[in-house]
Amino acid sequence: MAAQTLPQTRAAGRAWSRYLVYGLVYALTLAWITPVLVAILTSFRSNSDILARGFWTLPNSISLQSFFNAWTRGGLSHYLPNSFIITLPALVGTLFLSSLAAYALARFNFRGNRVIFFIFVGGALLPFQILLLPVFRLTDWLGIYNTYWALIVFHTSFQLGFCTFVLRNYMRTIPGEILEAARMDGCSEFGIYSRIMLPLTIPALAALATLEFTWIFNDFQWALVLLQADALKPVTTGLASLQGQYIMDWTVIIAGSLIATAPTVLVFIFLQRYFIAGLTLGSSK
Amino acid sequence: MAVGRVEAGQRPQARARKGRPLGVSQWTPYLFLVVPLALFLMWVIGPLFYSFYLSLTNWDGISAPKLVGLANYRRLFADPIFYTAVWNNVKWLISFITVPVIMGLALAMALNRNIPGARLIKAIFYSPYILSLVVVGLIFGWIYLPAGGLLNSTLSTLGLGALSKGWLSDKGLATWCIIAAAVWRQVGYVMTLYLAGLQGVDPSLVDASKVDGANSWQAFRHVILPLLNPVTVVVVVISIIDSLRSFDLVYIMTRGGPANASTVMANFMYIEAFNNYNMGYAASIAVILFLITSIFIFIYLARVMATEMEY
Repeated sequence: MAAQTLPQTRAAGRAWSRYLVYGLVYALTLAWITPVLVAILTSFRSNSDILARGFWTLPNSISLQSFFNAWTRGGLSHYLPNSFIITLPALVGTLFLSSLAAYALARFNFRGNRVIFFIFVGGALLPFQILLLPVFRLTDWLGIYNTYWALIVFHTSFQLGFCTFVLRNYMRTIPGEILEAARMDGCSEFGIYSRIMLPLTIPALAALATLEFTWIFNDFQWALVLLQADALKPVTTGLASLQGQYIMDWTVIIAGSLIATAPTVLVFIFLQRYFIAGLTLGSSK
Repeated sequence: MAVGRVEAGQRPQARARKGRPLGVSQWTPYLFLVVPLALFLMWVIGPLFYSFYLSLTNWDGISAPKLVGLANYRRLFADPIFYTAVWNNVKWLISFITVPVIMGLALAMALNRNIPGARLIKAIFYSPYILSLVVVGLIFGWIYLPAGGLLNSTLSTLGLGALSKGWLSDKGLATWCIIAAAVWRQVGYVMTLYLAGLQGVDPSLVDASKVDGANSWQAFRHVILPLLNPVTVVVVVISIIDSLRSFDLVYIMTRGGPANASTVMANFMYIEAFNNYNMGYAASIAVILFLITSIFIFIYLARVMATEMEY
C-alpha cells in the first residue's frame, strides 16, 4: 500500500505544481494585456465621462468620436500617409543595397572583407544619438533638412548595418555549387546575384522586411530632429505633438495611438511567422 | 555554413589559375559594395568621427563651430545633471538585465512545455514590441495620469485613494514608472529569443539527466541553462545597449522632469542640443554615451568574431 501511495502523492504534487505554474503564467498574461485593453476601452469613451466617474464604471455611451477627432482635428489623416511615404522607400532601399553588400561579403574572398563586415556590424550597434548632430548638419548642408529625403536617406543608410549583417550570414548558408553552376553556364555576376541568390534569400528578406518596416515606421527621434514642418511629420512625432496641445483630450490621444499602431499590427498579424523569425535573426549568431 | 566558407575561400585561387574566366574581375566584390558602403560611411561612420570633433567645439547649430578644446568635457564632469542622467541610465541598465531576462526565460520555459493557450500567450507578450515607443509612452502616460488615469482611478475604486499620486511628477518615482513601461515592452522580445534558443536544446539530454536522478530544477540549472548560454550573452548585451540608448519613453512621458530627475544621457543630450542650442556641449554628452556603450559593442563584436573564426 505504502509503495503505491508514494508515487501517487508525488504525481499529485507534480500536477499541483504544474497548475501553480499555469496559474502564474495566466495571471501574468492578463496583467500584460491590461494596458492594451484599457487603451481600447478608453478610446471608445468620452473624456468627461472617465474624468467624472472614474475608469472602472460602465460607460455612459460608446462612440467612435475620439477616433474621428484624432483623424481630423488631430491630423492623423496626414501624419499616417507621411509615415508610409518615409518608410516604404527606405525599406526597399535598405533591403536592396544591403543584399548587394551581403552578396559581396558572403561570396567573395577579397582584401578588406572582414573589416568591412565589422564596420557594418559595429555601426548597427551604435547608440544612434552619437550620429544625431552630425547627421542634422549633413542634411542641412545637402539642403534636404526638413524634407522626406532626409529621413529616407538616413534610414536607408543606417539600417544597412543590421540588414547586411543578417543577409550576409544567411547567404553564406547557400551552397556555392548552385552559384558555380550558373557561372559555368555563362551567367554574369549580377545575373547570379539577381536570378539565383536573391530568390534563395527570400525567407531572410521577408523576415527582415517585417522587422525593418516596424523599426522605421516606429522611429521617433530622427523624425523629431530632421523634420520641422507639421505637414511632413510621420505619425510618431505627430502624435507626440498632440500631447502638447491642451485642447486635446486624452481619449483622442489614445484613439490616435491605436490608429497609429494599426499598420504595424496588420503587418504583424499577416506576417507573424516572418516577424518572429526576424527577431531571432540578429541573435542567432 | 562551412561549405559556403570553403567555396568562398577557394574560388579566387581557382580563378587566378584559370585567368579569371567569364568576366569576373577582382573588382567585382567592390562593385557590389561601392554604393552601400559609401552610404554607410557617409551617414554612419563619418558622422561618428565628426561627433568627436563637434564635442571639442562651441557650436550653436547655425554659425560655424569654434574649437574650444576640452572645455565641454570639463563643464560636463562638473554638471550635476550629467550625474543624474548617468545614474538613471544605470537604473535602466540594471532593470533591463534582470527583470525582462528572468521573466522572459521563465515564460519561455513555461511555454515550451505546451501550456494550453501557448500561442495566444506568446502573441500577448510580444505584441507590445510592435507598438512604437511613442504609443507605449502615451498609453502609460495616460495610465499614470494624476486625474482620471487608470492607476489612480483603480486605487480610488479599491478604496486606496490615499495611495494615489502624481506618478510621473514624483522625483523618486518618475524613472521607475518609465522603466516599468519599457520593461512591459521588452519582456516579449527576450522571451522570443529564449524560445528560439530552446528549440536548439536536445530534449534527450534533459531526459538523460532525469534518468540520472536530477529533479526539474537541477535539470534546468545544470543542463538547459548552460546550453542557453549563447542566447543569454546576446540577450544581456542587447539589453544593455538598448538601456543605454533609451530616449523616446523619457521624452514622451516626462521630458526628463521633474527638474531633470528622470533624465537619461540621450535625453540630456537632446535637450542641450535642440532646446538650449549648446550643440558642442551636447556632442560631448554623445561621445561619453558612445564610449560607455562601445565597451559592450566590443564584447558583442568579439563574440561575433569568435564564431567567425570557428568556420
